This record gives sequence, structure tokens and C-alpha cells, in this order.
Amino acid sequence: MPAHVPNAGLSRRDLLKRTGGLAALAAFTAACGGNTGRPSSGGGSGGSKPNLSQWYHQYGETGTQQAALKYAKAYPDANVAVQWTPGDYDAKLASGLLSSKGPDVFEGHFNISMVKSNQVVALDDIMADVKDDFQPGDLATNTLDGKIYGIRMIIDPQVIYYKKSLLDKAGIKPPETIDDLISAAKELTTNKVKGIYVGNDGGNVMGGPALYSSGGEFLTKDNKPGFTGDRAAQAFGKLHELYASKSILLGAPTDWWDPTAINQGLVAMQWIGMWAVPGMQKALGDDIGVIPFPKLDAQAKPAVYSGGWTQFVSAKSANVEAAKKYVKWLWIDKSEYQEDWSLNYGFHIPPRKSLAAKAAKLQSGVAADTVKLTQDYGYTDNPAWTPKMNTAFGDMLTNIIKKGADPAAEIAKTEKTVNSELSRLFG
Amino acid sequence: MSASVKTATDAATTGERRRPKRHKGIAGNSLSFWLFVGPFVVGLLVFSYLPIIWSLILSFFEAYNTATPSKFVGLQNYVDMLTDHNFLSSLGTFTIFAVFIVPLTFVLSLALALLVNQVKIARSFFRSVFFLPTACSYVVASLIWRLSIFNGVRFGLANTVLGWFGIDNIAWLSTVDPPWYWLPLVTVRLWLQLGFYMILFIAGLQRISPALYEAAYVDGANPGWQVFRYITLPQLRATSVAVLILNLIAAYQAFDEFYNLIGNVNYARPPLVYLYGISLGSIQDLGHGSAGALILAVIIMLVTLLQSRIFGFGKAGD
Repeated sequence: MPAHVPNAGLSRRDLLKRTGGLAALAAFTAACGGNTGRPSSGGGSGGSKPNLSQWYHQYGETGTQQAALKYAKAYPDANVAVQWTPGDYDAKLASGLLSSKGPDVFEGHFNISMVKSNQVVALDDIMADVKDDFQPGDLATNTLDGKIYGIRMIIDPQVIYYKKSLLDKAGIKPPETIDDLISAAKELTTNKVKGIYVGNDGGNVMGGPALYSSGGEFLTKDNKPGFTGDRAAQAFGKLHELYASKSILLGAPTDWWDPTAINQGLVAMQWIGMWAVPGMQKALGDDIGVIPFPKLDAQAKPAVYSGGWTQFVSAKSANVEAAKKYVKWLWIDKSEYQEDWSLNYGFHIPPRKSLAAKAAKLQSGVAADTVKLTQDYGYTDNPAWTPKMNTAFGDMLTNIIKKGADPAAEIAKTEKTVNSELSRLFG
Repeated sequence: MSASVKTATDAATTGERRRPKRHKGIAGNSLSFWLFVGPFVVGLLVFSYLPIIWSLILSFFEAYNTATPSKFVGLQNYVDMLTDHNFLSSLGTFTIFAVFIVPLTFVLSLALALLVNQVKIARSFFRSVFFLPTACSYVVASLIWRLSIFNGVRFGLANTVLGWFGIDNIAWLSTVDPPWYWLPLVTVRLWLQLGFYMILFIAGLQRISPALYEAAYVDGANPGWQVFRYITLPQLRATSVAVLILNLIAAYQAFDEFYNLIGNVNYARPPLVYLYGISLGSIQDLGHGSAGALILAVIIMLVTLLQSRIFGFGKAGD
């Protein structure tokens, strides 16, 4: 067709009439489908194998995503699609679990409302033979009414790492009490370097450890608020004192879980998890020491929050049995993958005692010290502590730490929210 | 519409012979009408009206982790939300934000529009330059504000500038006393939306008849303030009311820059960030979240009605 002849068959209007509306509708319906991360069924090399979708949050260390994909691909009995989620994973997971379009298997943190709203299935059958190989705390944090709902994948202790050279230069010993920590942070602060980095919110992440280091806990054994005593108020008040001492770094481009602040020399100490040890060693060599969250006073013990991630099987999965089989394969049977996941990217303590015992990388230097502190002072989450309680607790910390509100009054407000949540859950 | 009128006139002048064409014309028009409008109507129904009805239903139920709840609680969720000090303080946060942002946006965008309208050379260049930020996403702009302009360490842009004058670093987004976080929050929104409201004002300015200005000139009005006060501003009444209402609604809907600049913290949490936190974050309390959203919707409606009653939105055109 010569160039000067316009499209003779169809006028522009006709073309639009015939295709435009259809295309718009098609785009519209396609957008409704969403991407579940599950491979489309039928065709391909899959044959009759079930399709599973597995969700991860975004790990910061290079190589983790490739490793997750490698494990999924190696599984012979199902087509596993990995969904790697940058950004607000908790929110995305929560809405994913509302429908059957969510994941079949996913990582997350256990709490009672997941069971109450029937989101996860019990995994006692696949855990039966290996139960004794897990730390009691890691089992307890995933157990409700005697049933185990999740398999701990990695243990992530959170502690304070510091640059030894800076403390030596200032003639300061590693802090043993909260007061020591506050005065050390002050002394280490210069016009270029701040004493400590505890996150851009001013230290909310240390609320739990401060509570435990005063002898308190989130919930007592019989599920009553355990954060209400005078000593807890005193510990939260100390966090405000640290914030108000002008020796903490605020407004850093990365938050506390990323070692950039200490690596770039912005601070002398940083609250962070053991996952960052390889990154810190690369930047700082052997110039790193570690302390737990220091005790409130001589009456108490230091605290290490033993966090981590846990693998679950969604109750809404269309293939619960296949999903359980995959989870058993990856997180119980394939010990070489578990070892790879725990040690080759960031550092995490393998939850299996048998693996932790032979983890060579965790047997020397600052990593070994962190493991030891976790054994001595570690505490894990209480599954009855729900996200709603945790939000109220966080608001309380913000008011105390940043606004200097009276700890006792703030605790009383939080206690009210926690009690109404407890009565909803336990009657 | 004009096409069908034209066909009808044709039919009237040419008689019977054209009648079938008229039928075809109307049918064709309504087909294209639905082809173009249909997808949007479906979208509106599915993504706006259905969720509104659904959240009305949810707001009467205890709905943790589920969109199909079974435990009816009556008005309890509304009572809880109206006595929840966090929700009430989020309305307070919004009010502070609106007090800053609505007058500032109004004055600055009007000033920009007057300036750009006066410019004799490179008019479209200036217009596009000021309008361009509107095309930028709130998330991207927030990231730039948080990571490079207003970060709290010594290599942030704002702190570098302060450093030249020997002033200490300020943690812009983490300091509550004084509340420096309002500076990034307000400036990012101004940067993003000024251009848009400027265009609305320019359109309004160009509708003012030059005859009015000529008459004022003949009557000896002072060409600066007097003309602005007695000609330009009254003539811009319709535009001004629209800008105020749009601006206030946009402020009520503030989410992106708060969420991306400071996250979900209780001292600077507008209603939408709070509601997002309880219903779509890890709490997944959809009952209370829906009740809060409907309360907010009612407030926005009331304020808008009140505002148009005061400024006379409907009759502003005359």
C-alpha cells in the first residue's frame, strides 16, 4: 500500500469501535486477575505435578533470592513458584491470606490470630520425628494448644554491635547496664560520629529487650499483661533518657536492620541482628564487638531478642498435602539447603541443634559471641501477643521515648488495649 | 450529541429517504457511548461502589482476618472508633496538615498563575516547568525528599546547606520537638501539587474578559492591587472554590507522603494511614477499619457541603 493512502479498509473510528472497547475490557479483566506467583496451570514441563506458590519477604543480602529460587526448582514433586516481596511484606501477606489466591507456603511470624481465623495448618505430623532437634523456645513460639504450626527457618538474634577501636580509644568498657550504655553513647558522640544507632524512630525496637532486661515480659504464663510493673516503667524511661541524650543517630537513609550506618562510620554502636555480621566484617574487619541489651540493674539479666522467620502452610491452599510435603522436604529433610540459607548470605543461627553444632562460621569471633549470648539471654515471641497488642505497645514506646510522656500513664493506656484484646481471644 | 442533532436536521430536510440513516446514527452513537463509558462504569461499580457497600456491611461485624465475617456487633465498631484516641488524634493531625497546606497551596498557586500569565516570552515553557512535578509520583518524590534532601545525616542536602552556616545536623523526619517533620511533609506536597492548581487558575484567568480590565483602566483603577482585588479575584470565584474544595479533599486523603516519609507513627498519622494500619496492615481488623473509613467519608462529605454552602459552589458561575 502506497504511503499516502490512509488505511483504506477501516476508518479510524471503525477500528476503535471494533477493537478499542474490547482491548479496554481485556486489559480490565486481566488486571483483575492479579499475579498470585503461582505458575499458570496446564502446559509446560509440569505434567501432573501440583503447582505451589511460596512467598518470601525481601532479604537484604545478595544471593538470597537466587538461593530461594534454586531450592524451589530443585524440588521434584511440585512446580514451586517463588514470590519475592520487597516493601511491606506483612501487609501483603495479610491480604494474601484472606483469599485462596494467596500463597500455599509462606514465611512469617506466628501469632494466635492466625489459628483463630484458620489461616495455617498444624504441622505436628511432619515435625514428629525431628521435634527434639529444635530449641524449646523456637518450638514454643510456634505452638498453640499443644499443636505446632510452623517450622523455624532461621534464628536472628538482635544485639548491639560496636566498634572496638572507638571504645578502646575513649577508654570505655563494653556497657553492662542501661546506664552504662547511655553514658557510653554520650562519651562516644563527637561532631562527626554519634554514639549509637537504634533506628530512625528513636529506639522502639529496643522496647521488648528493655522490658525483658528489667525482669518483665509481654505476657505472663497465664496470659496477663507482664509489662506493667514499676521496673518496666523505669526501663522504658531509660530508653527516653537515651533518646534525649542527643547521642543517637536519627534520620539515617537506611533503618536499623541495615549495617550501613555503622559501616560508614556514622555511629560507634548499632542495634542490629546477627544477619549483618558478614556485611560488617567486610567493611570493618575484626573491629567489631557485641553486647546484649544491657540489664536494668544488678537485680536483672541482659536480654537478647531471638527473632527469626518461620515457615507455614496456608490453610486456604488448594494443595495442603503437597504444600506440607514441600515444607518437610525443604525445612526438615534438606539439611544442606538449611545450612546454605543460614550461613552463606547473612548470618543466622540454624534452628536445628544438629546443624547449629557443626556451623563452622558461627564458631569463632563475634558470631560465636552472639550465639553464646543468645543461648544465655535469648527470649522468643509469645504467640498470644497479637499485632494489635504490638501496635499499642509501639505507640506507647513512641509516646514515652520521643514525647517524654509519663511511662506509668502510657503503660496503663496500653494495658487497657491489651486486656480488651486478651478478653476477645480468651474470653 | 451534536452529531445526532446534525443527523436529525439532515433527516428533517431530506425527508423519508434519510430516515434509516438516522436510526443507524443513534444506534451507533449509543454503541460507542457504551464502548467508551462501559469499562469505566464497570470499573466504578466493581472498584468503588461494591467496596463501599461491602465496607458498610463489614463495619457492623467483628471481622478479623476475614472479608466474610459472621459475628454481628451492631454499632460497636463505630462506638470504638469514635472513642479511640488514636483515631481522634489522627483527625487532629489532618487538621494541622490542612491548616498548613490548603492556604499555602491556594496562595502560592494563584501567585504562580498570575506570574506565568503575565510572562510574554516562553509562556508554554514556564507553564510546563511548573506543571511537570504533577507528573511525578508521591512515592518517588517522598523517597527523594527522605533519602537525599531531608535525611538526618551530614550529607543530606538540607543539612549540607545548614553546615555552611555552622548549624548542626537536624534529623528532619525524626525530631518531634520542634516538629521539623512538617517541613518535608508540607514541601513535598506543595512541590507536587502547585503546578496542577496553577493550571486551574490560569484557565480561570484566561476566561476573564479583557473588556473588564479595559473598563477598569478607563475608570482609573490602580493596575496593581485594586485591579486584582476588585476584578481578578471576584472573577476567579468559581475556580477558587473548586481549588479549595479539591485541595481540602486531597488533604483528607493524604497517605503517600506520610506513609513513605515517616511511616505509621502516632504523632503524625493522618486518618488514612491509621485506618490502613488497622485494617490492611498486619492487624487486619476490617470491622473497625471499615467503620473508621465510613466515619471519615461522612466527615469529608459534611465539610464539602458546608464549604460549598459558605462559598456558594453551585452559583459561583454567575
